[in-house]
Amino acid sequence: MWTRALWLGLRASAGGRRGFPSKADPQGSRRVTAELIEHLERLALVDFGSQEAVARLEKAIAFADRLRAVDTDGVEPMESVLEDRCLYLRSDNVVEGNCAEELLQNSHRVVEEYFVAPPGMCCPTWLNRLSHSKLRMQ
Amino acid sequence: MLGRTLREVSEALKQGLVTPTELCQRCLSLIKKTKILNAYITVSEEAALKQAEESEKRYKKGQSLGDLDGIPVAVKDNFSTAGIETTCASNMLKGYVPPYNATVVQKLLDQGALLMGKTNLDEFAMGSGSTDGIFGPVKNPWSYSKQYREKRKQKSHGENENSHWLITGGSSGGSAAAVSAFTCFAALGSDTGGSTRNPAAHCGVVGLKPSYGLVSRHGLIPLVNSMDVPGILTRCVDDAAIVLGILAGHDPKDSTTIQDPVKPFTLPSLTDMSKLCIGIPKEYLTPELSSEVQSLWSKAANLFESEGAKVIEVSLPHTSYSIVCYHVLCTSEVASNMARFDGLEYGHRCDTDVSTEAMYAATRREGFNDVVRGRILSGNFFLLKENYENYFVKAQKVRRLIARDFVNVFNSGVDVLLTPTTLSEAVPHTEFIREDNRTRSAQDDLFTQAVNMAGLPAVSVPMALSSQGLPIGLQFIGRAFCDQQLLTVAKWFEKQVQFPVIQLQELMDDCSSVFENEKLAFASLK
Repeated sequence: MWTRALWLGLRASAGGRRGFPSKADPQGSRRVTAELIEHLERLALVDFGSQEAVARLEKAIAFADRLRAVDTDGVEPMESVLEDRCLYLRSDNVVEGNCAEELLQNSHRVVEEYFVAPPGMCCPTWLNRLSHSKLRMQ
Repeated sequence: MLGRTLREVSEALKQGLVTPTELCQRCLSLIKKTKILNAYITVSEEAALKQAEESEKRYKKGQSLGDLDGIPVAVKDNFSTAGIETTCASNMLKGYVPPYNATVVQKLLDQGALLMGKTNLDEFAMGSGSTDGIFGPVKNPWSYSKQYREKRKQKSHGENENSHWLITGGSSGGSAAAVSAFTCFAALGSDTGGSTRNPAAHCGVVGLKPSYGLVSRHGLIPLVNSMDVPGILTRCVDDAAIVLGILAGHDPKDSTTIQDPVKPFTLPSLTDMSKLCIGIPKEYLTPELSSEVQSLWSKAANLFESEGAKVIEVSLPHTSYSIVCYHVLCTSEVASNMARFDGLEYGHRCDTDVSTEAMYAATRREGFNDVVRGRILSGNFFLLKENYENYFVKAQKVRRLIARDFVNVFNSGVDVLLTPTTLSEAVPHTEFIREDNRTRSAQDDLFTQAVNMAGLPAVSVPMALSSQGLPIGLQFIGRAFCDQQLLTVAKWFEKQVQFPVIQLQELMDDCSSVFENEKLAFASLK
């Protein structure tokens, strides 16, 4: 009996909109500006690499914009499905460790027990030249 | 022997009808024969044979560790395995050898299981086809099955058969193919949006996603912390229950595992169907659903009804938004989880050392493929200060509505929901790659991702072959932490539908000379 009801329902909605438009919905979609691209690349430390990647982001944003249609007044955000339970915390006792050697083995660049990172200054090269010449003068 | 259930093989091992080493050898030779499937990234031959030796000693003494002792298993390559390369099918982790075992891997090894190898996947488990990893795509064993090939001969267009192979679905395609092709009895996958159930349906095997919090994620390289679950792929529901019984339980190393005590369980046979209420979510009947899957879904519902169960239509009103919600939450969590890959402590590192940021950026450009980078960038967009409320928090609110939909349905007396797993049977690779990864994921994860957002258990059970001779599976969704009840219903269904065994003789025969040589070598060992 339920099958008939479902089937009728399908026939009624058939010919209606298809589920997933592959073109970005122009309404409400944000154009991805050059500024935004730079900002995201800086934050993510991942580059877009191509215009296709930017287009993909625009599609992703347009897709996400469909959430606006949902009425979420008075609804609390859900962070975890286990929100009603207490998170388990171990007692603060050392039970394992002393595996520095093992862990260091996986790194490409180590010195003694240090992971080696390049200097953290992301300055334009002209600033480097300036500070070098100042140092030489001293 | 390889077509038997876990319990049957375990009995045979106990009685000495077969030894763990023989089982191991057979599976290893099958892995070689089915190399064309590209299901495995790493085959741990030496380790497996050593484990088999240990297992044999135990059986000789009558001290087997349990149902899994001496049983070949495979593990998806995003689970950490001590001493065995773990790549996530990505350049970022190529050559990475973890110094520890994931908890679920350790549990399998503690039970005496033989680790055959690490299976192929989409890069970092992002995708629904197992086509986007650096080791190449996984081919669906059914592409080479007698059932499929016979149907194709009937309507052959003279195409090159070898280029018309089908995808396995994803992202745990390697695990599904490994189980489907009899190279192991059980395989671990991961399930974030359907990554275990999708390939299970396409490869004609059982794919179980346990309740979130039941199985430890320690050692599973994370994608979405609030949705990831280790998945189990087997050839029958009973086997999945055995494996779940071993893997479930609190892990002090994963604080998101529940502390309730969990015991291994056996599945009873369902006799009184009148107490069972099956729900059919009407919103899952979408225009994109293939008519064959729809008719099988109908048939299944009728089957339950005719045996006395109550079958009712239910509503999950926010279904049409769940894929969008999943997309936002998934990319946001991915953006965060992928931040750990900077080349310093492990994984790939670029050659230039100009500055930290430049090094990180180059390393990540070289290490990640377009799909991963795309998701990281999208996620970072949604997490921007100006977007946080409107996208991320909004999606979290919608997530609550979706989870609430399920709670309401289960509170109204429904025990288990019955839905399709996929929109259609497996498609040819050439067709699949016409759309990009994100579009495909959005389409293929339709029926499966809502379950991850609500943290519910779900299982895909193969039902029947399509008119093209390809498997179609249906999904059962249960209440949170009622995995046993879910599997009981699934087991009953499996028995009713009697899904046919895949006939892969053609693929095996192609390399029969290899097998002959191995038989001789093995015989000379005795």
